[in-house]
Amino acid sequence: MSFSDIPILKAEDRKFKADPTKAPKSDLREELFQLEKEGELEVQRVPDNYMELTTKYGRTKKIPLEKTWHHKSCGQCGHIPGYSASIFWLNRQFGLDYHDPTDQTSCTAWNYYASATSNPEAQAAVAIRNFAAADEVGYFPIIHCGTSFGHYKEVRHALVHQPELRRKVRKIMEKLGKKLIVPEEIVHYSEWVLAMKDKIAERQTVDMSMITATVHPACHYHKLVEEDAIYDSEIYGAQRTAIITGTLQKLGINVGDYSTWYDCCGFGFRHILVSRDFSRSFSVQRKIEVMIEEVNPDVTVTHDTGCVTTLDQSQFAGKAHGKKVGLPVMSDSQIAALAMGAHPYKVLQLHWHNTDNKAFLQKLGFDTDKLWAEFQAEIKEIKDGKKQYMSWEDADR
Amino acid sequence: MMALDLSQNKHSDVSMDEKDRLFDEVKSDERWEHVLYGCYECGICVAACPSARFYDFSPRLIAQAVAREDTDLIYTLMSDSIWDCSQCFSCDRCPRQNSPGQIITIMREVAVKNGLGTAKEALAGYGRIIYKIMLTGTQVSPDMLQPDAFPDWGTHVYEIADNLDDWRRALPPETLHTTETSWVIDDKTIIELYLIWHMTGVMDLIAGVDEGLYDIIVDVMEERLEEAGYDDVTFD
Ligand code: SF4
Ligand code: SF4
Repeated sequence: MSFSDIPILKAEDRKFKADPTKAPKSDLREELFQLEKEGELEVQRVPDNYMELTTKYGRTKKIPLEKTWHHKSCGQCGHIPGYSASIFWLNRQFGLDYHDPTDQTSCTAWNYYASATSNPEAQAAVAIRNFAAADEVGYFPIIHCGTSFGHYKEVRHALVHQPELRRKVRKIMEKLGKKLIVPEEIVHYSEWVLAMKDKIAERQTVDMSMITATVHPACHYHKLVEEDAIYDSEIYGAQRTAIITGTLQKLGINVGDYSTWYDCCGFGFRHILVSRDFSRSFSVQRKIEVMIEEVNPDVTVTHDTGCVTTLDQSQFAGKAHGKKVGLPVMSDSQIAALAMGAHPYKVLQLHWHNTDNKAFLQKLGFDTDKLWAEFQAEIKEIKDGKKQYMSWEDADR
Repeated sequence: MMALDLSQNKHSDVSMDEKDRLFDEVKSDERWEHVLYGCYECGICVAACPSARFYDFSPRLIAQAVAREDTDLIYTLMSDSIWDCSQCFSCDRCPRQNSPGQIITIMREVAVKNGLGTAKEALAGYGRIIYKIMLTGTQVSPDMLQPDAFPDWGTHVYEIADNLDDWRRALPPETLHTTETSWVIDDKTIIELYLIWHMTGVMDLIAGVDEGLYDIIVDVMEERLEEAGYDDVTFD
């Protein structure tokens, strides 16, 4: 008997309806507002234009649709920049007011989880410095990276429950001339994409009904402070997070299930940098090969920096070892932008990804040679000094 | 896979008092009371653990050792095993509400803070990341995509490295045209980050694991802090 003979997902006939009054964990937001009343900290409110989504234990979470302060991801912007470009492109398409700050630092959690050369005070101070910067310009933080998101949720939790940590961070912020301010909700960009899915589908120009995808939910999205992740009784019967899957299904994509969905991607923080043998083996053997054997998808979609990087880059070595690989890896923001007609190279910037994605694009009807030539024409103009940069207008030409 | 040597008193050069002291430091962490409630030895954490599949590594063993306060075994684990963890927190599905991953986070911090030799070994080759995050404000950057750093990512990395400057210019968001940082970061923001590192004692941690790196970082930071008008960065 192979894995594929086992009916993995019985969720369709076992819908889970969470009752928030029976939640096993308290609602941190109530404690936050109480601390605000006591003058311990300030809470930044979600701006008016928001949508409510349901979380694991049936509570609701406000997802701001605009006035968002984009807390970028160093790994995304640095190594797979079409990921973030697609998030911004979507905001621009809907004419939403957003802010792309230059007074933002990395969350520094990658380093923290990898090397432990930091401590809770430093980690909390870095988070609050970023949150205060968002508040200063009147925008609400939206977090691009799954690890930053999970880490900030942990920081918020620690600040609520550890008075000594609050005292130290308050003093540091005083020295920096900043407030100790905490957002009412910690929001991941993929929650924004999910909240926007109907609007995205209304403007979909590329039929995706012939596509089968697998989904990898990022560990730090749904395993850290798990009560804050989005669940929906219509998606996996609310037995797993609805993130990504809800978006893809709305775009007409068939989402296939596979037995190792709960496994991590193999990133490992320090492993991806200095012990990549582990990352490669795990990623290929526990994720990519299983997806191909059990689902044979056209693409796998995820929503975190490390996951896209590890699942994508590890396949090169897998190929050399004769493993079943060759599965394109993208983020939900890239798929959503593609569905609305974004340019695969000028906006999605797919040339930064390693695993060949041409067959996937061609299945969707894209003329990849022509599109690549269009991108190359932009590069030529830059090389010839005709322009310094490619603009948003150029990207949509 | 290298088998983990768990023989008793493996680190006989370290006194039991020192091993007890290190464990006391682990237990004095503010997070401690939320990460360990005893252990059923059910192994659910091991079943969920990616590192347990490819290393002789077990979150159950770690949870058990700390629950039993077996400071000799804890020292052995702190000297080796903890660096195999992927920090994915899949083990948070523990039915006892333990978080072996977070126990490991705390053990790593204590290992680094006390300059354990194995912490230095585990972090060898990691200096460029620490350098980036301490000094530039983004942990990784486009110019790190070099073939010698990622030979197993194939020819693709050569293509990126060869075209880096032009490809960065061909990114529509105005903040992403950088190569040394992942986005444009204001000078004032970097100075604020330096102040955070100083005020929270992170600089001392770096000195403990890599003195050479510490000297380089301090040189750059002090100059920039002085330029920005900060001559006293001490903090209570
Ligand atoms: S899952 Fe929890 S109770 Fe079970 S072995 Fe692991 S730490 Fe112990
Ligand atoms: S956090 Fe560490 S111990 Fe826990 S499952 Fe992940 S790799 Fe294993």
